[in-house]
Amino acid sequence: MNDGGLIGIFLQNLPVLVVVIPLLLAPILAIITAPRVAWVVSVAGVGSAFLAAILLQSITESIGRVTYHLGNWEPPWGIEFVVDSATSLTLVIMTGLAFLATLYARASLLAEIKHTDLGKCYAAWLLASGGLFGLVATGDAFNLFVFLEISALSSAILISMGAGADRRALSAGFNYLLIGAVGATFYVIGVGFVYAITGTLNIADLVTRIADLGGGAALYAGFGFMIAGIMVKAAVFPVHIWLPAAYGYAPSAVSSLLAAIATKAALYVLARLLFTLFAGVPDITELAVTYVIVPLSLAGIFVGTVMAIYEKDIKLLLAHSSVAQIGYIALGFGLASSASVAASFVHICNHALIKGGLFMAVGGFVAALSSRANLASFVGIGRRMPITATAFTVCGLSLAGLPLTAGFISKLYLVRAILAEDAYVIAALVLLSSALSLIYLWKIIEVMWMQPVPAKSPNLVENPAIYLPIWVVALANIWFGVDASWLVAASRAAAAALLGGGL
Amino acid sequence: MLMQLAAIWNYLIVILLMMIGLFLVISRANLVKKLVGLSIFQTSVFLFYITLGRVSGGTAPILTDAPDTLYSNPLPHVLILTAIVVGVATTALGLALILRIKESFGTIEEDEILAAKNESAAEDLLQAKPGAEA
Amino acid sequence: MKNNPVFRVAAKILFAPIILFGLYVQFHGDFGPGGGFQAGVIIAAAFILHGLVFGLDQGRRLVSARVNLWVMAIGVLIYGGVGVFSLYQGGLFLDYTALTGSVGSGQHIGIILVELGVGVTVTSVMLALFHAFAGFVEDHS
Repeated sequence: MNDGGLIGIFLQNLPVLVVVIPLLLAPILAIITAPRVAWVVSVAGVGSAFLAAILLQSITESIGRVTYHLGNWEPPWGIEFVVDSATSLTLVIMTGLAFLATLYARASLLAEIKHTDLGKCYAAWLLASGGLFGLVATGDAFNLFVFLEISALSSAILISMGAGADRRALSAGFNYLLIGAVGATFYVIGVGFVYAITGTLNIADLVTRIADLGGGAALYAGFGFMIAGIMVKAAVFPVHIWLPAAYGYAPSAVSSLLAAIATKAALYVLARLLFTLFAGVPDITELAVTYVIVPLSLAGIFVGTVMAIYEKDIKLLLAHSSVAQIGYIALGFGLASSASVAASFVHICNHALIKGGLFMAVGGFVAALSSRANLASFVGIGRRMPITATAFTVCGLSLAGLPLTAGFISKLYLVRAILAEDAYVIAALVLLSSALSLIYLWKIIEVMWMQPVPAKSPNLVENPAIYLPIWVVALANIWFGVDASWLVAASRAAAAALLGGGL
Repeated sequence: MLMQLAAIWNYLIVILLMMIGLFLVISRANLVKKLVGLSIFQTSVFLFYITLGRVSGGTAPILTDAPDTLYSNPLPHVLILTAIVVGVATTALGLALILRIKESFGTIEEDEILAAKNESAAEDLLQAKPGAEA
Repeated sequence: MKNNPVFRVAAKILFAPIILFGLYVQFHGDFGPGGGFQAGVIIAAAFILHGLVFGLDQGRRLVSARVNLWVMAIGVLIYGGVGVFSLYQGGLFLDYTALTGSVGSGQHIGIILVELGVGVTVTSVMLALFHAFAGFVEDHS
């Protein structure tokens, strides 16, 4: 038996409990499908994961790295979970946003999904969250694939649940499943090559063995396949095709959850692969980063922004803008300096807050309008639903990067890091794309606040149940815009952990 | 050159299956054919891992009492068991989605679904115009 | 298909041996090829054969949708329960040695329980898939 009782058990097994608590509560929800109970259980599950992540962050701030051997097998024979500063920061962001999205989900899902499907939806919600947390926490290359697939399958289910409101969600879910499966299989091929040449799957062990090898065709092939596979899941430019439809037609709570945490986990894994796993073959990583990641992320930024400018449906617009923001994060990783990687982590946090908040607010609008939110149905909605619309506007201004908001801080650090590398062209492109994003933001704000409410429009009722999560996110946007000291310090520690070479 | 290619005939089969699978996923419009292509692609990866694990002169990786037996590597087999189950789950979910798509759109050909989606998009914009009614 | 005497008799004769073989594969997983996944699919094949030959209604009467759902969840909870119990006993997650305290018996019982959970879940999932796909047209029209 354990001294300290349940609390002691909780504190000693934090890395695994972040993942296991949501995952193990999911089958319970498959049986108990009453919606209110399911929601309470989901909040409890994701909330305990959030608590564990906060405790892990405080531990890594003091001792730097926590490892956990599953089954008490010594690595490299057993699977281990490794949490260092980068991992714990990502986990805190992901679990925090998942917690807020779960709090928000009750009202939103009630409006958009059939009553009988709600229990199953929460089960898939917990599976997706647990799978994504595991993706970040694991220290074994094949275990990463398993969590990748757990999260992909459950996310496909969540996305297709939007079929009740719009049948295009089914096609979006199918495409997400197909493209995601191809990407995950590419990753597995890469792991196969790397395993063949090194003989181990444990990431810490791989680091030393790859450094010893220093090169070789199998290693290069494995690197290529793994990076290509993860880029599909992270929605970097040419393979982002699944993202707009998936986030656009999913239920709004699901869009909020996935936009906040799903691609962030894959981007974290991309950074892990580039900077830790393959740190021993710097010639190929530099090639990949200079000729692939940076150009593709710049292309993604512009393609996302331009598609958003021409898009009239609000959720599709936000999804296209997500592609652009993912481009900024990938650009930060691509520049591979300590400052740019730290800026990427800052933007991982801020974009999760921004997009999470925006999709939550859109969900509130959709529930009140009972139709898809597009520029035409948004006319004058600022006056008809003031509280939700103000939260939407705060997050929108943060998206555009206005000073005093979180988005400004991330753009500031990113541009500073780019200028420190003397990449003036890239800095100019980033500023240009920021200016372009003001176009679509202004379109929405103008329609929301400045156009008169049409004469025959019905009265819209706001749902007070969503005020708390939406306003926590909106205020967090302002907080991190005014005082980003903790975030910047944690991101710098994360960049140091990633680039320092140790896992 | 031909002798070298013949020596790696197992990997050539893996590449052949992989390319067939990817070609089906990309080029076929029918959703079920896309899923079949995905299945073939995943099967090629299973073959890849298992041929990697073969040790020449080694027997099947089942523990026998005879000492000094050379075994093939059992770890790829275990990895592939997991990957097979993942593949089954993906195929099952994909087929379930195809059934719902057929029920909702009436077709499982991607070009027809795209046409139906574009119609819905056009309808959305017409319907939502607030002054359009009356 | 139930009107064809060959199918009917064959299904009746084969049902039990298939399940027996499935159990053999399940318990053999400790030290030979086998284990939860394979055994689960084999046992599910017996029930699917029954459902194919005698009709979906008979199949659903044998294993109803509710029973299937419970079995699915219980299988996952057995697996997770082994992990949580080893946490409760003071070990790490899925540390089989902590289940009983000694290496030999702990590892043995840990593997058996985990494979049992997997086998049970895989059986019910395969059966649920069959019932869902085969019954899709009737359920939805």
